[in-house]
Amino acid sequence: MPSRKINKIIVRASTEFLGEVRDFVAHHAGLSGFDSTEVEDIRLAVDEAMTNVIKHAYEHDSSKLITVQQGVENSEFWVRITDSGRSFNLEGYVEPDIEERIRLRKKGGVGVYLIRRLMDNVEYKKVNSRNEIKMTKKL
Amino acid sequence: MSSFNIDRRNIDDLEVIELNGELDAHTAPQLEESIRELIDRQRFKIIVNCTRLEYISSAGLGVFMAYIEDVRTLGGDIKLTNLKPKVYNVFDLLGFPTLYDILEKEEEAVARFLNSH
Repeated sequence: MPSRKINKIIVRASTEFLGEVRDFVAHHAGLSGFDSTEVEDIRLAVDEAMTNVIKHAYEHDSSKLITVQQGVENSEFWVRITDSGRSFNLEGYVEPDIEERIRLRKKGGVGVYLIRRLMDNVEYKKVNSRNEIKMTKKL
Repeated sequence: MSSFNIDRRNIDDLEVIELNGELDAHTAPQLEESIRELIDRQRFKIIVNCTRLEYISSAGLGVFMAYIEDVRTLGGDIKLTNLKPKVYNVFDLLGFPTLYDILEKEEEAVARFLNSH
């Protein structure tokens, strides 16, 4: 019987805490029974989502907080990242052309693409004044 | 905190950068600084040895994306070697193997640079 427990970590919006959050989520992914490749997929997806919150939602204001929750429901492992910064609008999102970005010497812009490749489902929601990204992967 | 550091050495006129630890948005600026410094010194033949690279996110990949064109235009290259499978997988997700010279061993990158004279 899988646990209904929700695990939670709250960190300041600084890249300094990326490693801690990655390890937190990877630990629980491992306990849930994922193999090492899947654990790495989840680790990277969470990193990319949190990096986007730090850069875009909070614009590197490290006085702000990010909440990361993790649980298992209906044979799905989920991670929810919540912030109170600027919303991300997935409408108008276009998959990046990597060759083009290299030609233009762009440093980033591939995080959302990676998250979608690595996880089975990704949802963005606005709840009251907070933004949520919920990513799930089937067990 | 993510632990990351860079060791540097030379093989003839080649610059070897060894990455140790986790490369993410927190640590990528260190790699960017190293590559910019090499470009400033007109050192364009760069081998990035990833033997001890345990993790990479798109912030790390972004450094390679931002500088490869400049380095190639100037007659050099950034060749990546000794990637662990879990790190290679991330490069692969973005189609890097067709865009970058990714080699199993550092010696192969050395040989390629020396043969390209």
